[in-house]
Amino acid sequence: MQNPIIDFSNFSFQYRAQSNPTLIDINLKINSGEKIIIAGPSGSGKSTLGYCINGLIPHFYKGNISGNLWIEGQNAANLKIFDISKFVGTVLQDSDGQFVAQTVGDDIAFALENDAIDQKEMISRVEKTSRLVDIHTHLGSTPKELSGGQKQRVSLAGVLIDQVNILLFDEPLANLDPATGRYAMELIDDLAKNTGATVIIIEHRLEDVLWRPMDRIVLMGEGRIVADTTPDKILTSGLLGKFGIREPLYVTALKYAGIKITEEMHPSDVSLMNMDTITKPLQHWYEQTVENESNLSSNSVLSFSDVCFSYSAERVVLDNISFKICEGEMTAIVGKNGAGKSTLCKLICGFEKPDKGTIALFGKDMSHVSIRERADYVGLVMQNPNQMISQVMIRDEVGLGLKLRDIPQKEISERVEETLRICGLYPYRNWPISALSYGQKKRVTIASILVMEPQIILLDEPTAGQDLRHYTEIMEFLQMLQKRGKTILLITHDMHLILEYTQRAIVLADGKLICDNHPAKVLTDDRVIRLANLKETSLFSLAKYAAISDPFEFVKKFISFDREARQTCQQ
Amino acid sequence: MSTVKMLSYIKRDSPVHRLNGVTKLITFLAWTVVCMLSYDTRVLLTAMVFSLIIFKLAKIHLKEVGFILVFICFFLLLNDAAIYFFSPEEGVRIYGARHLIFQISDRYTVTQEQLFYLFNVTLKYLTVVPIALLFLLTTDPSEFAASLTGIRVPYKLSYAVSITLRYIADIQTDFHNISQAQQARGVDLSKKTSLKKRISGIAIIAVPLIFSSLDRIDLISNAMDLRGFGKKEKRTWYSARPFQKADYCVITAVVILSIIGLLITFLDGQRFFNPFIS
Repeated sequence: MQNPIIDFSNFSFQYRAQSNPTLIDINLKINSGEKIIIAGPSGSGKSTLGYCINGLIPHFYKGNISGNLWIEGQNAANLKIFDISKFVGTVLQDSDGQFVAQTVGDDIAFALENDAIDQKEMISRVEKTSRLVDIHTHLGSTPKELSGGQKQRVSLAGVLIDQVNILLFDEPLANLDPATGRYAMELIDDLAKNTGATVIIIEHRLEDVLWRPMDRIVLMGEGRIVADTTPDKILTSGLLGKFGIREPLYVTALKYAGIKITEEMHPSDVSLMNMDTITKPLQHWYEQTVENESNLSSNSVLSFSDVCFSYSAERVVLDNISFKICEGEMTAIVGKNGAGKSTLCKLICGFEKPDKGTIALFGKDMSHVSIRERADYVGLVMQNPNQMISQVMIRDEVGLGLKLRDIPQKEISERVEETLRICGLYPYRNWPISALSYGQKKRVTIASILVMEPQIILLDEPTAGQDLRHYTEIMEFLQMLQKRGKTILLITHDMHLILEYTQRAIVLADGKLICDNHPAKVLTDDRVIRLANLKETSLFSLAKYAAISDPFEFVKKFISFDREARQTCQQ
Repeated sequence: MSTVKMLSYIKRDSPVHRLNGVTKLITFLAWTVVCMLSYDTRVLLTAMVFSLIIFKLAKIHLKEVGFILVFICFFLLLNDAAIYFFSPEEGVRIYGARHLIFQISDRYTVTQEQLFYLFNVTLKYLTVVPIALLFLLTTDPSEFAASLTGIRVPYKLSYAVSITLRYIADIQTDFHNISQAQQARGVDLSKKTSLKKRISGIAIIAVPLIFSSLDRIDLISNAMDLRGFGKKEKRTWYSARPFQKADYCVITAVVILSIIGLLITFLDGQRFFNPFIS
C-alpha cells in the first residue's frame, strides 16, 4: 500500500476565539492522485480542514492543535506556510480577490516572483502554464477585462506554475454561471489526469461537482467526518439530507417515483446510470402525477418597453428589452456574467436612466421619478449584507430608511417591530448586528427594505455562497413574503432556485432578452441554455434516458410535485 | 470613476512607453527639480519645448488628458491671481526695476516686471505638468513597482503601491454601488439638506464601504501568503524591463541637460533671468 500524501491522525483544532473545537478527532488519509470532495454545511469545519491543508492554520488563523497532520510525509507542524505552498496550491472561492497583480501574466508569475526566479525563466514558465489552462492569449489583460471563468483559470495557472502535487479548491463553483462551472470541473479533471495531481474540492453543490467522476466524498458534520466513501455509496446512504447537503435532483425524482436507489445503479452519474429498474416506475409516476397550475394575477406592477442602455458608445449593455412583471410573482433574472442583469436592476431602481424606452411601475412612467421616490415602490437588497449595514443595533439598521424619511419616532418603532416579527428577528431586536450569522444579517438587510413597504423587492444573488440550510431559510422567507402579496425579482445563477421557487425566468444574453418563460421551459431549451451559459437540468436528462414521451412536461410535473411535497413536509 | 481612469496607465506602443520605469522616474524627478529651482526663462522655455516634443512622441492624445489639463490651467490662473492679489509688486522686488504699464489703485500696479514674473511662474508649471502626466500615463503600474525596487525601495513597499493601484478601481465601484443603494433608502447627499444630515449620510455610506473593504484586504493577504509573498529577502519581477541602450541614452541626456539648465540658472548668481537690467 502506498503512503498517503495527506494524513490526518486524531487531529483536532480549536480557534483561539472560540469556546469549542471546530475540528474533532479527524482521521483522514488521502492518496496521491485521488480526487476527493469535502462536503458539509456551513460550520461543519470543511473550510477549516482546508486551511489546515494549505497552512493558513496555524500561520494565519491561530488556535490549538492536537494530533498530527502529515503532508507528503512531513509533519505539518514543522512546515512554514511557504514550504507548504510548494506542494499545495490553493484556488480560493473568490477568484477576483485572489487576483493580486495588475495583469494575467503578472498574476500567474506571482509565486515565481516571490521565489526570486530569473525573469527569463519566469516568462517561459508563464507561457507554458497559461497554455495548460488556455489563457495564454490574455496575458496582458487586466482583471476587469476577464470573465469569471477566465479569472478562475488565471488563479489555477497561478498555483500550477509552482508544479504543486496537491490542488485544493475552496468552493470553486460558487461564483460561476452553470455552464462555466461545468467547464471548470472538466478543466480540473483534465489537469488531474495530465499532471497526476491530487485534487481536493471543498464544495456543497454535489450535483455540479459530480459532473466528472470523483473518487471519494468526505462528508463533514459538526466538526467530525461522518462519512468517507464513494459517491455512489453516499448517494444511497441517506446521509446527505441529514447533514444539509442537497442530493442531485434526478435522485430526488427517483425517490418521488418510489424507486429504491442502490449502489449498483451507479447513481453518481445520470448518463451512466443503469436504467433497467428505473424506467418503468418513473414512467408510471409521470403518468400518475397531475401538475398543479398556480394561478397568478395579471396585474402588471413593473414593465419595460423597448429599453436600451449603454455606458459607452462601444458596447450596448441592454438592447431593446421589454417585459412585464405581475403582482405577486417571483421571477428570476438569469444569464452569464456581464449579460446585463445588474444593469437591469440599476435601471429599475433609477440608479441609471435608459437611453431609450420606458420603465413603468404600476403603470406610471418612471423617467422623472427620483431614486428616493422610487424606493417607495421597489427596494433593492444587495448581494453582500456587509455592503448595506451601517448601524450597530438591529433595530436602528431596520429603522434607518424611515428615520431618513423623517417619520415620527413612535411610528418608526411600531413599523420596525412589526417588520422584525415578520422576519423572525423580533427576539434579537436589541442585539448588535455583529452577533448575527450571515443568514440572519441577510434577513436584517431584507427587513430594512421591507420596512419601507415597497411592493416589489429586488434581490441580487440572495443565496450566493449559502449552504442548503441557509438557502432554504432565505428562500422560504422570500416565499412567505410573496404569499403576503409582495412581488419578488431576483438575480441568480442557481438553477435549483429557479426550479424550486420561481414562476418565471427572464433570460438575458449579451444584452438581449432571449427568453421569458416558465423555468422548466428555460432549463430544457437548448438554444437558451447555450446562449445564456445555463445548463440543462439533470431531470431533463433523466427523463430522456427513461424514454419519457415529453421530458419538458416531466420537469414541470416534478416542479409542481416537489413544491407540494416540501410544503407538506413543513406543515 | 472617470477621473482616475484618466490618470491611469494607457497601454500603447511608443518610444516613451518602451522606456524603463526607472528611466522615466529619474527623468520626471530631474525635470521637476530643475524646473522648480529655476526661474530662468530661457531654461524653462527650452524645457517646455522638449516636454511638448516628448508628449507627441508618447502618442498620448490631447483629448485623453483634456479634462485634467483644463483643471490644471484653472488652478494655474487661480494661482497667478492669488500671487498678484497678495503681492502685486513681487516682480519689481525681484528684478529691481519698475516699468509701469498702468495703475489700478495705489496698491495694485501693473508692471512689466510683475507680468514677466507671473509668466515665468506659469511656464514652470506648464513644463512640469506634461512630464508628470506622461509619467503616470506611460508607466505600467506593475512595472512601476518593479522600477521602485530598482531604485532600492523595499519590495514590500513597492508592492503595496502596486496593489493599491490594482484595487482603487474596485473600491470605487463598491463605493458607487453602496452609495446608490443607500440613496434609495433615503440618504440625501445633495445640497438641499443640512450639513449635519449630509455628514451622517456620508457615514451611512462609509461604514459599509470600510467593512466590505476590510473583507477584501483579508482575502488578498491570505491569497498572497498562500503564494509565498514575503518569503525571501529579494524578489524578481515578471514585468521588469531590462535597461536598454535607449534608457542609458535618455538618462545621460537628462543628467547633462539638467546640469546645463542649473548652470545657466545659477551662473549669474540668482535664479532669475533678468531682461530689465543689463
